[in-house]
Amino acid sequence: MEQFLQQIASGLANGAIYACVALALVMIYVSTDHINFAQGEMAMFSTYLSWQLMTWGASYWVAFAAAVVLSFILGVIIERAILRPLHNAPVLSVVVVFIGLLAICNSMAGAIWSYLIKEFPSPFPKSSFGIAGVIGPHQLGVVLVTLIVLGLLFAFFRYTPLGLAMRAAAQNPSMARLVGVRVDWMLALGWGLAAAVGAVAGVMVAHIVYLDPNMMGGILLYAFAGALVGGIGNPGGAVLGGFIVGVLENMVAFAGNQIEKTTGIYIIGNGEKLTVALIIVITVLTVRPAGLFGRVVVKRV
Amino acid sequence: MAALLEVKGLKAFYGQTQALHDVSFEISDGGITTLLGANGAGKTTTLRAICNMVRTEGEVRFDGKDIVGRATEEIVRLRIAHVPEGRGTFTTLTVDENLRIAAYTRRDKQGVKDELERVFTYFPRLKERIQQQAGTLSGGEQQMLAIARALMLKPRLMLLDEPSFGLAPLIVQEIFRILRRINQEEGVSILLVEQNAALALDLADYAYVLETGGVVMADRAEVVKNDEGIRKSYLGY
Repeated sequence: MEQFLQQIASGLANGAIYACVALALVMIYVSTDHINFAQGEMAMFSTYLSWQLMTWGASYWVAFAAAVVLSFILGVIIERAILRPLHNAPVLSVVVVFIGLLAICNSMAGAIWSYLIKEFPSPFPKSSFGIAGVIGPHQLGVVLVTLIVLGLLFAFFRYTPLGLAMRAAAQNPSMARLVGVRVDWMLALGWGLAAAVGAVAGVMVAHIVYLDPNMMGGILLYAFAGALVGGIGNPGGAVLGGFIVGVLENMVAFAGNQIEKTTGIYIIGNGEKLTVALIIVITVLTVRPAGLFGRVVVKRV
Repeated sequence: MAALLEVKGLKAFYGQTQALHDVSFEISDGGITTLLGANGAGKTTTLRAICNMVRTEGEVRFDGKDIVGRATEEIVRLRIAHVPEGRGTFTTLTVDENLRIAAYTRRDKQGVKDELERVFTYFPRLKERIQQQAGTLSGGEQQMLAIARALMLKPRLMLLDEPSFGLAPLIVQEIFRILRRINQEEGVSILLVEQNAALALDLADYAYVLETGGVVMADRAEVVKNDEGIRKSYLGY
């Protein structure tokens, strides 16, 4: 039983990370109809930035905040400098640019900080945080931090005029222009926010998966699965989807372990967790492409 | 009366296709002007060209300033409100949000609130539906919402593209009554594009008739209305 609760808790912690990255993916998808394949690598780069600041003597939270702000600025710059000239380009060109961006982030991080795996600290005190036997201090901290960030984002989009303008620009860009919204800047802002949320996820997960240039590869896949589960066009759904995927992968592995223990037959274990994400992707795409909370969009031709 | 908007030798292009050839007209400050013409005459394109939503050449002067080539959102910020063809609303946003978006750059909360109340005096029905998603409104209500949102921009000039499109006659009458009030009480000049020429000529004080991307005639609305020749050859009634 205790093991079961542990698995749920760590699933929620992982899910929080997936939820952040999934939200970043969805934020860009709803305004541009593109999946940013470089989202994970951008987050990884942000994490290295915070690590660099920490080695220069900054405290964890200062480095965390600085990495989030820097990522926001970098996200805006990437949109303005790289994506803007492509806004009328065919989908495949944009996909190629995303993959290029992915490769650039990855090899730049490798070149600057080397491919050696580094340890990453946790800011959450071991003594006073967490519930013994169920959830560790870092896991609880991750869940709390991401929930705060997601809550802030929700409030921003829901209650501020700028958030409203961004939603309007995403829903109907040409109409948004007709009410005076600077749509181009809203897109850049969206990229900035996505990069910042990615940075939160990266810095939070680095203590768990350790810091290396390939740390976000698997996480991007889980996040994509989460976004699909929730409905790729639905930010709230993507967040929930992220949590669902996080818990589900642990449950599958846990069930596999239990079966092995009782019957001695090995079906699935911790090693095959990533397969779960892929199965989720395929299942959602074949059975319910709109996801759990997505709407089926009918396009008039 | 001085001209609020002067259009001279306006040309517009969709890709390689030229949709407007040489359109020239003026809109008097405080007046209601209508652009009439058959399908494909270039009425909608003219409105889109004014707001730089299509590739445009020629001269468009608003209040004496040349606005050709400026970004659509900057033209709107000069207080030209464009109510596009069809239900021009953000369907997934609420009525309240649809209206507030037009005031999102303004920092004075009380001012926006007063503005909302003022707009609701023209459209009391929208106030009842304030928390409803725009997509769930009836066609007439959506058209009202689009006009109300344009009004939130505090426009000096309102461009209206077929506000009667697809609506029941009674609703159309209501909307046209409101448009007249907006013109008179708010001093908003109006450029109205309509298929329904009889309706438009009743409201407008000046009319231009477009045919295949150019102006073929211009006169006071009542002259056009009473000239059987013009009606038969250009307006089809």
